[in-house]
Amino acid sequence: MQDEIAIKVDHLTKIFDKQKVVDDVSFRVKKGEVFGLLGPNGAGKTTILRMLTTLLKPSEGNIAIFDYDIKKESKQARSTFGVTGQYASVDEDISARENLMIFSRLNGLSKDVARVRAEELLKEFSLEASADKSIKDFSGGMRRRLDLAISLITRPEIIFLDEPTTGLDPRTRLQMWETIRGLVKDGSTIFLTTQYLEEADNLADRVAVIDHGKLIKIGTPDKLKHENGESTMSLKIMDKSDIGRSVEILKKNLNSEPTLIDSTIITKFKETKQAIDGLSELKNANISISNLTIKEPSLDDVFMALTVGKN
Amino acid sequence: MEIKRTRFNVVQNINTMAYRNLLKTLHNPDNFMDVLIQPIMFMILFGYLFGGAIAGGVYAYLPTIVPGILAQTILSAASGSGTQIKEDMETGIFDRFKTLPIDHIAPLAGQLLADILRLLIATIASLTTGFFMGWRPNVNFGWIVVIVLLSVFIGWAISWIYALVGLLAKSATMVESISLMTMLLLSFLSNAFIPINTLPKLLQIIANLNPMTYVITAVRQILANGSFSNTAWAVLLFGIGIVLVFAPLTVWAYNKQS
Repeated sequence: MQDEIAIKVDHLTKIFDKQKVVDDVSFRVKKGEVFGLLGPNGAGKTTILRMLTTLLKPSEGNIAIFDYDIKKESKQARSTFGVTGQYASVDEDISARENLMIFSRLNGLSKDVARVRAEELLKEFSLEASADKSIKDFSGGMRRRLDLAISLITRPEIIFLDEPTTGLDPRTRLQMWETIRGLVKDGSTIFLTTQYLEEADNLADRVAVIDHGKLIKIGTPDKLKHENGESTMSLKIMDKSDIGRSVEILKKNLNSEPTLIDSTIITKFKETKQAIDGLSELKNANISISNLTIKEPSLDDVFMALTVGKN
Repeated sequence: MEIKRTRFNVVQNINTMAYRNLLKTLHNPDNFMDVLIQPIMFMILFGYLFGGAIAGGVYAYLPTIVPGILAQTILSAASGSGTQIKEDMETGIFDRFKTLPIDHIAPLAGQLLADILRLLIATIASLTTGFFMGWRPNVNFGWIVVIVLLSVFIGWAISWIYALVGLLAKSATMVESISLMTMLLLSFLSNAFIPINTLPKLLQIIANLNPMTYVITAVRQILANGSFSNTAWAVLLFGIGIVLVFAPLTVWAYNKQS
């Protein structure tokens, strides 16, 4: 069952005050994959997530979660997933343990099972030492961990993560990524929204790029980079008198206009073969070079290429 | 460990929500003030402050002020409902509850169930403080239970109104201001602390239109005569009327949120 579908979205549209915030979006999320929804602020990511998690009714279109139509069988659909929101929504006035207990009970666990599960999760997310303290004194990272722990109470098959690392410091962000990777190993399907391309690149098996409510591109991060980004090559010419010839050679082989800074040539290219051809022609012409660097396109480049001129 | 879910049970969910609400009240100093500290403080403060001037002594003033503070207390405990609902909406925790496989109505129902307990605590706190200050009603204990039940019911009816305000208002701070203002106006522009005939004509008219005046009168009559007076029946019917009007409105506003 390699391609079992976890989330099915068809022609999803949301209209607020006559404005299309989400515009005819369709996609499939396979079971066991990490699916990233990537877009700038206000692109409609959170609106899509709210519709997927039954918090918001779609204006048009259909959503099915493990074949449960969220319109007709929303309670069954809700029993298959856990949600972690953009702003850690835990109960501020009560302790971490009480939070876990209450959410366990609401998820239908008996009192004894809830107690055991709360203990397990506190240990798993290194919150034991602060289990009975007020959450008001928690750091951002601890809050986020508790938030995630709460959504994992029933070991749901799907986990929705709304900007899981927004506002976290770099170290806590890396820890969060580790935790998310751990969930993937356990076989969970993860749907995450993010405005960080690095995050999508690091975590997601497939990425959907969304801008102004429309789905622009969908695919693996590598595919997106390959199709929409260009690699960059930069090299220094040792002998200044060779610069003119070198620029000509690279221009011809790499099929793009190089930039020259002092004696360093920076140029873009699409195919690796072009770069190799260019470099070997330089060698054959007896031009010596140094400081050669080749940079793969980042998702940032892809993102800029896809959304350029639209903002 | 296998995580087995028991059958989803509306009653259990509502109880859990109510339990959460009470925990919040106990842990949060603001809420705790409303239901426990305020009735004790106001009873002592107003009793000793106004007692001599209005009734010639604290002891003589107690039959007037105990029902007065009681009414003020249930108003203020009931108004906490709206603030809490709005806070839960603002922090996003209501949304999170709605993503759980529980009945949609459970968070609201839990809130209103917890309100009953909060009102009970507040009512008992005010009466006990009065007792310690020397208040000795001439009726048997059964009638004390009756005024506790009546107060809690009226307070609960009023908390439906505040819940609606909470659902419709723009922010929790706005709900708090509205709550405080209505609480002050309704409790002071009534017969809670003074005889109405000492007021200027215009304020007399307002005080006589104020429903709290009738709640207070009903409680005083029950305590004085040991019988459920006509005013008491009117107040009870008024409470039922509020629930019949505002419960559907509040549920409607709640459902509209999603």
